[in-house]
Amino acid sequence: MTNIRLIPRLDIKGRHLIKGVHLEGLRKLGDPHQFAKRYYQQGADELLYMDAVASLYGRNSLTEIVRQTVRDIFIPITVGGGIRSAADAREILLSGADKVAINTAAILHPPLIEEIARHFGSQCMVLSIEAKRVADDRWEAYIDNGREKTGRDVVAWAQEAAARGAGEILLTSIDREGTRRGFDLELIRAVTQSVRIPVIASGGMGRVDHLAEAVRTGGASAVAMADILHYGRTTLPEIRESTAQLQIPTRKVAA
Amino acid sequence: MSRKVALMDYGAGNLLNVRHALEHLGADVELVNRPEQICAAKRLVLPGVGAFAKAIQQLEQRQMVTPLQEFAASGRPFLGICLGMQLMLDESDEFGTTAGLGIISGRVEAIPPTSTDGEPLNVPHVGWSAIYPSTDATWSGTPLETTSPGEDFYFVHSLVARPQQRSAIVAECCYGGHRLTAAIASGNCFGCQFHPEKSAAAGLKIIEHFLQMERTE
Repeated sequence: MTNIRLIPRLDIKGRHLIKGVHLEGLRKLGDPHQFAKRYYQQGADELLYMDAVASLYGRNSLTEIVRQTVRDIFIPITVGGGIRSAADAREILLSGADKVAINTAAILHPPLIEEIARHFGSQCMVLSIEAKRVADDRWEAYIDNGREKTGRDVVAWAQEAAARGAGEILLTSIDREGTRRGFDLELIRAVTQSVRIPVIASGGMGRVDHLAEAVRTGGASAVAMADILHYGRTTLPEIRESTAQLQIPTRKVAA
Repeated sequence: MSRKVALMDYGAGNLLNVRHALEHLGADVELVNRPEQICAAKRLVLPGVGAFAKAIQQLEQRQMVTPLQEFAASGRPFLGICLGMQLMLDESDEFGTTAGLGIISGRVEAIPPTSTDGEPLNVPHVGWSAIYPSTDATWSGTPLETTSPGEDFYFVHSLVARPQQRSAIVAECCYGGHRLTAAIASGNCFGCQFHPEKSAAAGLKIIEHFLQMERTE
């Protein structure tokens, strides 16, 4: 089994790290760079920056934050929010990001996935899906940070995106996001069973055993975590210690 | 001791991040894209992500192929990263066969599409994987000098280097049951498939050792 990646997720509004519930009710937590640096030093495997209001305003304001980050943080960085074109993706990648995560623009214009995969490689094209449960075994994809429904079935959309060249899927459950109630395991499982690209589970991690479920039951390759870290309810070294006990392989980080 | 290093600037995607890592370690980085700059370099880093053929074309356009080969033969420290490492070999299978720099003999081939158990294998190989010395390889005297076998590094690749001489392989990782080349070396030329500039402290340590390497005769 390959190492499960632990990915702190930093949702950004303007210059601030924020956190909400169900992607709404955003609260300011501080300077994202300070959080990012702490997570890097504590052994994060990657970082995920999401511009929480970018698609609303039609722009991504993260390039400055990314430029600052890559000067002293040496792990892969994924950036999402407000990336509308291959030109936007290029700008983010040139500022030092390794991957871009795209939701709204991919839904509105699916060939963008192929275009980005062709120009920059599949490995840097992360499809971001915001999923809301609409029936026992059905989820609908949302855009604009969980505000707008699209009528698209999440599983069918994941399959289409993978076929178009997405290299990875960031799967956020709107229902669970910020609730600390654990991941939507059925959602994760439905997606991991229908595509052969890695799926990052996001939304709902309140305890380490939630991570274990996302991996074991859900089949996730990576786990994104936000408020469990931001509010200091646990730390990455503690999470690594627990995953080792639960026999979930993660990268070995020198103390 | 001089911390001067020349960084090949030919449009590679990871140039900026490699530069940041070098500067973070206190290196005096000079971006180079002209043959005479390579002649004068004390040590050289060849970064790279993306397609092999396009990278060779970019080097040819800048008339860098011969200077890079001469640099490699001069005994001065040479570090290739990811695609920069693959370029050191004779040729690559990516989108048809393309000739490389031929600094280390061997080929670059696709990662097998199935695991050794016959299961479909996800390609590219992306993520943190442990590296181990290949049979008989010693890490002493290479930038892996203080790396412990089993330390994890960040990989993103669809192709893998297959040097002709087994002795050129200094480190391997395991993916889908296959042993994939993780690092190669010949004389003062060293190449790593993983990204040391994205591998946190473990990666910075390798770059630091490279910065301490001196010319050998």
